[in-house]
Amino acid sequence: MEAIFEGIAKLIEQYEQQNMLNLIYLVILMIFVGVELISHVPSVLHTPLMSGANAIHGVVLIGAIIVMGNASPDDTLSLVFGTLAVFVGTLNVIGGFVVTDRMLEMFKKKPKGEKAS
Amino acid sequence: MMPYMEIGYLVGSVSFVVGLKMMGQPDSARKGNLVAAFGMAVAVIAALFFNREGFHVINNLAYIVAAIVAGTVIGTLMAKRVQMTAMPEMVSLFNGMGGLSAALISIIEWRHLLHEAANPEAMTNLPAVSLGMYIPVIAGLIIGTISFVGSIVAWGKLNGKIGDFRFPSQQIINAVVLVAILGVAYLNYNEFNATQSSLYFYVTIGLAIVYGLLFVFPIGGADMPVVISLLNSFTGVAAACGGFLYENKVMLMGGVLVGSAGTILTVVMCKAMNRSLMNVLIGMAGGNGGGSSTSASGGSVREVQATDVAIMMKYASKVIIVPGYGLAVAQAQHVCHELENLLEAEGVDVKYAIHPVAGRMPGHMNVLLAESNVEYDKLIEMEHINPEFATTDVVLVVGANDVVNPAAKTDPTSPIYGMPILDVDQSKQIIVLKRSMKAGYAGIENELFFHPKCGMLFGDAKASLQKLVNEVKAL
Repeated sequence: MEAIFEGIAKLIEQYEQQNMLNLIYLVILMIFVGVELISHVPSVLHTPLMSGANAIHGVVLIGAIIVMGNASPDDTLSLVFGTLAVFVGTLNVIGGFVVTDRMLEMFKKKPKGEKAS
Repeated sequence: MMPYMEIGYLVGSVSFVVGLKMMGQPDSARKGNLVAAFGMAVAVIAALFFNREGFHVINNLAYIVAAIVAGTVIGTLMAKRVQMTAMPEMVSLFNGMGGLSAALISIIEWRHLLHEAANPEAMTNLPAVSLGMYIPVIAGLIIGTISFVGSIVAWGKLNGKIGDFRFPSQQIINAVVLVAILGVAYLNYNEFNATQSSLYFYVTIGLAIVYGLLFVFPIGGADMPVVISLLNSFTGVAAACGGFLYENKVMLMGGVLVGSAGTILTVVMCKAMNRSLMNVLIGMAGGNGGGSSTSASGGSVREVQATDVAIMMKYASKVIIVPGYGLAVAQAQHVCHELENLLEAEGVDVKYAIHPVAGRMPGHMNVLLAESNVEYDKLIEMEHINPEFATTDVVLVVGANDVVNPAAKTDPTSPIYGMPILDVDQSKQIIVLKRSMKAGYAGIENELFFHPKCGMLFGDAKASLQKLVNEVKAL
């Protein structure tokens, strides 16, 4: 696991020589990280985990912000669509995290002898 | 020059990985969610106020902030107000919003691409558009649209607004639509020019909408969690497309992480139901098995009274409660816990048997029962509770059906054949709380109800449990 983390950190360090190939390395590494993270999770946590992952892909909001930043102030269509994109992206992020928090709030008691299935 | 933006994105990316890791363990799960949320906030601030050179307030900030504020208020209200039972719908709806956002980004970027292509300088060298730009834009559009439309259909199905919808040779039509989407996307790239391409582009959007509808329509309601999980990973991939487009690492990492984690989660969930992903996607389970297996169950059903059940349970030494979706819709988790406390006070050993797919999502029952303060170690997973049924006096099935259907073991023609079930028929007495004899989500008859050891207590789960609580108190 730690080796994977270090690998990612290194890739980000090489930011200056950023190119498409670099991004592809990153994609492949992240696929492994994602698989590794989820594989041994007890089924009890599947719903909150799905909901948490749902909130994380709300990162698309960053893209919506970038697109808005590039839009010229007289390009009405882009502004309308961009504002809508920021709005629904925020819904995804905030709604996702709040719902997940509400679910996890209910697991107050520490589970005893939780076994990975 | 300080790379504040890069640092912000780095903090965001790392906290996604760490947060997701923490969410995989019950005792750190809540903190993990907060870590991921914190990372998201840092990344958003970095995007708003910094660029590669340093501090830089982004254009159109007023619109962006207004949209973020509106989204925050409405999102928080929606998420806070939703009933625990409707949680799966909510997750699906938010997922659709992410897909819509990705699709909208692609539409705007598409217009930029067209604009560049209209530039005479660009027209001279063919192809007019770079593949590195075209693929992320078009893939983000297609995947985002499918995810948006599919999630909305899933949302409608879960809250009962949309029914199952199948027609013959649907799989073939789905495949044709998918090939058509890719074909049009390829043609569009090959013959890129400002006039024709817009048409191709609209056709692509239209086909993606059709595919999103066809993709989710035939899938039975019980399989909805699997589909939501899959659509969740789709949206992740759509976000990753944005990461390629803007060479933005936080989008790329967050998107790919969710894409791969979501796919694995989908596979793990399918395994819990002993179904293959293909099987789920084609929509095998559901209505069609209903007619054939009814004939097998000719016996009569024994109806019981709450008083008898109360006596039975009070003088039992061990009771296992099997909760299902019926418990969730009736909001009966609190009264269920009350019954459990009463019986415990009488010295009865009470446990809950949790099937991995009971309810509408894996873990749905755990969340619901935890809400009413049922102790965590009373919720026993299937493989650990099954050996205990033989020594159990009374099994109380509350609104569960398919997860206790013996046809999964005995009838190879049944659509749920092969799914692991709770062996409730091993116990001395079975009491089923159910509204009517209607079939469960898989749409098939349950032989268990005709079993000589089984008694039916008809009525709404909450009302029936309340009656039982009153009777136990009165004894």
